[in-house]
Amino acid sequence: MKNNQKYSSVEDLPEASVASVSTVYIKTGSWRVYRPEIDKEKCIKCFICWRCCPDISIGIDEEGYPKINYDYCKGCGICSHECPNEAIKMKREGK
Amino acid sequence: MNRAGIPIEEYVCSGHSACPGCGALLVLRYVLKVLGKNTIVTSPACCFTAIAGMFPDTCMEVPLLYNAFETTAASASGIEAALKIKGKKDNTHVVAFAGDGGTADIGLQAISGALEDGHNIIYVCYDNEAYMNTGIQSSSLTPMGATTTTNPIGKEAGWKITPKKNMMDILVAHNIKYAATVNPSYPIDFVKKVEKAKATKGFSYIHAYSVCPTGWRYQPELGLEMGRLATETGAFPLYEVENGKYNITYKKKTKNVLEYYKLQGRFRHLSEDFINDVQAYIDQEWQKLILKEECSKK
Ligand SMILES: Cc1ncc(C[n+]2csc(CCOP(=O)(O)OP(=O)(O)O)c2C)c(N)n1
Ligand code: SF4
Ligand SMILES: [Mg+2]
Repeated sequence: MKNNQKYSSVEDLPEASVASVSTVYIKTGSWRVYRPEIDKEKCIKCFICWRCCPDISIGIDEEGYPKINYDYCKGCGICSHECPNEAIKMKREGK
Repeated sequence: MNRAGIPIEEYVCSGHSACPGCGALLVLRYVLKVLGKNTIVTSPACCFTAIAGMFPDTCMEVPLLYNAFETTAASASGIEAALKIKGKKDNTHVVAFAGDGGTADIGLQAISGALEDGHNIIYVCYDNEAYMNTGIQSSSLTPMGATTTTNPIGKEAGWKITPKKNMMDILVAHNIKYAATVNPSYPIDFVKKVEKAKATKGFSYIHAYSVCPTGWRYQPELGLEMGRLATETGAFPLYEVENGKYNITYKKKTKNVLEYYKLQGRFRHLSEDFINDVQAYIDQEWQKLILKEECSKK
């Protein structure tokens, strides 16, 4: 997103109601109760977890495995449920 | 480039405020993957407005315009008309993105008008089957038997007794060029249908199944499983209508609706008799759909 300015007063607002500040500064990972963890030995690199993540928080690491971005993952558990090889386990945060 | 059968590019970013496991985000994410960066989205009051972020925040890499609840199709028509005047319509897609309430209830007349006027827009309804953003009120797309916060209570009631309005048929009655139902649990079928909508010159409609763990009361990890059950039981059939011709894209209706209903808290109270009525209704609608497809082949 190019226009990353913050609005501080009414005068700064654009003429039309077109949103322009990216939400990436909001770290939704703090919402998480259960934490998905990928077992690379079981992962078959099908990327179904990447495809079904509603928080767009699964990327790819140097070895080509899916990599969870814990800054944003809300811990919904869909990736763990959908993984065809049970390579993602949900673990309670802080335990 | 594709990964796991769908385009790699992302036009939605993290940091949005959808509930964990919300389907609306997957719907928008898949739609934009196909349409690409030359897209303008307009959205009314609905969960998605809250999800995208409070103005001026946005979780999108493409322009997003906020419109009033009943005006989504009118707003999209206006954007399209302006782009035409500027000579930019040919390579820009205009997407109206609204919830079931904003589509089938308050926004219905605007859709009817925009379609009749032949505006070249893609209307996407993400159907989470109630007014979720304001606290789970009943809409005309709430399914038979679901409890919401606005169903009259009593010994024999407390849930919606009438079936879902058939939005697809309403739009087909307008001689729409392309209309399709999609479900994020079937991403490859989803992407294919959006490709067709993208190629359509004129109004096209995508009706998307969109799970809502908060309003439907189920464990969020079951989201895509829920979608598969909705389609396998015939509660949410997958089909498309191209110039009046019906084509069912998922034919294996193999399961009993009870398997789908029993996973969700919003159906918990239902008696066996009521579930049988729901099953009879779904079977009857499925038969009609098959007949429509058969007629299309003649
Ligand atoms: C004219 C008008 N009436 C009522 C509202 C309040 N309102 C905001 S969002 C909403 C519910 C939207 O429901 P739906 O379109 O199904 O989207 P969802 O929230 O379920 O995603 C309502 C009633 C409004 N914003 N404007
Ligand atoms: S209430 Fe439902 S539709 Fe709205 S953000 Fe939450 S899960 Fe999504
Ligand atoms: Mg809704």
